[in-house]
Amino acid sequence: MFSRAYKAAVTLPPLIWVTVFLLLPYLLMFCYSFWSVSASQTIEHSWNLSNYGQLLQVNVYWQTLLRSMWIAARVTIFSLLLGYPLAYFLSFYAGRKKDLLYQLVIIPLWVSYLVRAYAWKTILGSDGVLNTLLQYVHLTKHPLEFLLYSPFAVVLTLTHIYTPFAFLPIYAALEHIPRNLVEASHDLGATPAQTFWKVIFPLSIPGVVAGATFAFVLSLGDFLAPLLLGGPSGIMISNIVVSLFGAAYNWPLGAAISFCMLLLVVSLLFFSERLEKKWSFS
Amino acid sequence: MTTTSEIAMAAAGDGSGRATLLSIRSVAKRFGKNAVLRDISLEVAEGEFLTILGESGSGKTTLLRIIAGFETASAGEVWMGEERLDRQPPYRRRVNTVFQHYALFPHLTVEQNVAYGLRVAKRPEAEIASRVLEALEKVKMSAQAKSKPSKISGGQQQRVALARALVNRPRLLLLDEPLSALDANLRRQMQVELKSLQREVGISFIFVTHDQEEAMVMSDRIALLRSGELEQVATPREIYGRPATAYAAQFIGHTNLLKGEVRARVVRCEAFTWPAALPDGPALFSLRPENLRFVDGSGPTAGSVRVRGKVCHRAFHGATELIRVECADGLVLVVRTSGSGGVRDDVELEFSAADAVLVRESPERI
Repeated sequence: MFSRAYKAAVTLPPLIWVTVFLLLPYLLMFCYSFWSVSASQTIEHSWNLSNYGQLLQVNVYWQTLLRSMWIAARVTIFSLLLGYPLAYFLSFYAGRKKDLLYQLVIIPLWVSYLVRAYAWKTILGSDGVLNTLLQYVHLTKHPLEFLLYSPFAVVLTLTHIYTPFAFLPIYAALEHIPRNLVEASHDLGATPAQTFWKVIFPLSIPGVVAGATFAFVLSLGDFLAPLLLGGPSGIMISNIVVSLFGAAYNWPLGAAISFCMLLLVVSLLFFSERLEKKWSFS
Repeated sequence: MTTTSEIAMAAAGDGSGRATLLSIRSVAKRFGKNAVLRDISLEVAEGEFLTILGESGSGKTTLLRIIAGFETASAGEVWMGEERLDRQPPYRRRVNTVFQHYALFPHLTVEQNVAYGLRVAKRPEAEIASRVLEALEKVKMSAQAKSKPSKISGGQQQRVALARALVNRPRLLLLDEPLSALDANLRRQMQVELKSLQREVGISFIFVTHDQEEAMVMSDRIALLRSGELEQVATPREIYGRPATAYAAQFIGHTNLLKGEVRARVVRCEAFTWPAALPDGPALFSLRPENLRFVDGSGPTAGSVRVRGKVCHRAFHGATELIRVECADGLVLVVRTSGSGGVRDDVELEFSAADAVLVRESPERI
């Protein structure tokens, strides 16, 4: 087998990387979340829970956190509603066009996130493509204001951006279903609809859970889409963290919020992992 | 129609007087330019155990999938009684399949797997429970009813697959090489069990295999498939004793193929001749190794043919031994004996002319 030196040489660099650039910063952030900022704008290294208390007491923080979760939940649902049928069609009915269509789903991921977010700004703005079109066909007299700078715009943009992330694990799960199970189901008298609900869907649940987790976690922590398209009503929790670490210069409070987010996401990953395990049978 | 279909029709029912259940009429299948099946006509009687025997690539699985409905025939029809089967989707056919790799639903328990067909047919729960129980008992799998398929052995999965199909009381059960994944001992045991189960339930079985021994042991009739065409359809005894073609003779058991020439009612084949009532011209004969004897010094009997040779190879098979004897002109004959203790190297062989069966040449096919 491999020598001890070889194993160390291979495993140490990534371990050091993770420790220095991930674990240590997290630890530092965790420490910060207990400190505070003095009147003279210096960090006081006194340990207390006041930041966490503020998080619960100040409405704007927990309300924004809840709104972020609600936006992420909607993004998750829409991504699944779009991603699942797409993955199902590709896996079962696309035939020889399968690879081409798969690439078409992947290609948007090569385009910069920023470009795609700006594209929606151009589409949804008051002089944007959509409003111009609506007025041209006389469906509306004035530009629809709710299109841009609203939670709607954020949900729409994030759904567009994260649907491929929901699609990919679902597609992988569907591709893994042995086709003779589908034949066996038909053979036993099940119609295509019965086969879908009794065989195909249950066996694709690990993919659905993974896809939902991707879409939810990624959009929960998003800050660019709300920054560009959210407006005041579409602010998400990451925007608050960014401003706390920036202009507001309150690193301790920012760290406390970040740590709560981290806890939320890690427990979510933990549960989705358990759910995936429960529903996989390979 | 064609002569092959007439031959197949005549052979159907195997003289037992049972009614025809399934009738395959001139079925052909091509994938692109590649013809996988050509003009297949075959009838299966009620309660019959028919084996489709063939090498890999002979089209046997494709034929089974056409009957089950997973493939559509490029030409021809499949009828079950008065009902045209090949126009219906698989879930409307009263046919069930035991798949090669069982295809048990991994997310369902053994019990739920067996209940599947009855559940989708929306039978009352009480009936489902009793029929599932009965089916599991029949295949001796009641103890594992609550297990997931991944927790039971291959042989047990095999039994569950069988129960899952039989619980629906199909008129016809299709089995696609169901024993190929089992080891030799279990396989022999399952052959016997499967056969007696088939007798017990009285359902027609179409059994696909590439194993000629398995086909011989289990079948009422064997349909021998070669490169997409039926070579011979007959009972195991008939196909062994009276093979129609050189391929059938060689594929099922061992044989000696003798290339001869008939002239004036006498067959001349290498070193020996015998009288036969055949038209003049080239002829091909199959002579089974067990029909050859070593001459023990007694005089020639009526209708027997003798030839001298040298033993060149012996292969011990347990109860019997296969001995290769090189005769004049490089002709090698294989002889089956029970124990060759007394056989010297220089031998004289004898067979009776009636045992040399005239067979058709099997032309090369792509």
